[in-house]
Amino acid sequence: MKVENEFWFDEDAGPLVRPYAVARGRTRPTRHDLEMTTLVVAVRADRHVNVDAEYAHIIRMSRRPLSIAEVSATLNLPLAVVKVLLSDLIDWGLIIFRSPPRTSDVPRTELLQAVLDGIRKL
Amino acid sequence: MAFVSSDTPVTQTLSARAVKILVAGGFGVGKTTMVGSVSEIRPLRTEEMISELSSGVDDMSGIEDKTTTTVALDFGRITINPDLILYLFGTPGQDRFWFMWDELAYEALGAVVLADTRRLESCFAAVDFFERRKIPFIVAVNCFDNTPVYESHEVGEALGIDKEIPTVMCDVRRRDSSKEVLIKLLEHLISLTMPATVSAKESSPIQ
Repeated sequence: MKVENEFWFDEDAGPLVRPYAVARGRTRPTRHDLEMTTLVVAVRADRHVNVDAEYAHIIRMSRRPLSIAEVSATLNLPLAVVKVLLSDLIDWGLIIFRSPPRTSDVPRTELLQAVLDGIRKL
Repeated sequence: MAFVSSDTPVTQTLSARAVKILVAGGFGVGKTTMVGSVSEIRPLRTEEMISELSSGVDDMSGIEDKTTTTVALDFGRITINPDLILYLFGTPGQDRFWFMWDELAYEALGAVVLADTRRLESCFAAVDFFERRKIPFIVAVNCFDNTPVYESHEVGEALGIDKEIPTVMCDVRRRDSSKEVLIKLLEHLISLTMPATVSAKESSPIQ
């Protein structure tokens, strides 16, 4: 059977294929405690490290604390893929992270008041 | 593969933490406009693959029948102080799949439901979502030009929400107006952490 001018993929397949190639096909991060508002920062952003381009890019952009959502938006990669990459960087000791405050471990009113004060100053 | 010597000194510390507020509502109601008007950065977009388990999964097969879709979110950032960053996430308007995005709602401080009185029903799903997940929210009516003017309590009644939930009028294109909406939300959230003074009075012993 000859099928002409028929492709089972098109340009829309590009962004789907690339992210998972970047993560070497992995869709689950080694760490499960990463959320979209987890903050990450490079341990030493100035130092050259022998890693793949995407990893190097994350290290460069993380000179100051960034959320995982910001890393995802900047790299134009889905959150799931970015979590895989960040898990690697954390495991290698190149990135440190901090989880968002939990309802249970923070005085709620104090936190909300700080946010309110900050917004009023905008 | 990374090669790092084991004696690498840790020169960075991370004392900052991030919190989030959601901005929800129907398609075209101004969620991204609101995020953009108060954000210190141009709104960014992130996306997640959401899988939905189809109903009637045959457990004999051992194969989960999943539908997967990509859901995008626009978000902005407000640095509250060096140790606290607030992210505002605008939920996708048309996409029914964001309701399955568990992480989106997880530990959110609260939410703003943006409403358009010309098509109030478009925010019903968001109201329903936050009510069910017990995420505190306020309603902000985005006043477009030529919008019929309603009193805020009329909008609250039309939505069938609790009388304690504030409803405010706004124009999210204006930074100060979006800011007022956020202030109203935070005041509401703080009031919810306070002991209920009314019930305390009621339960006090009669002299």
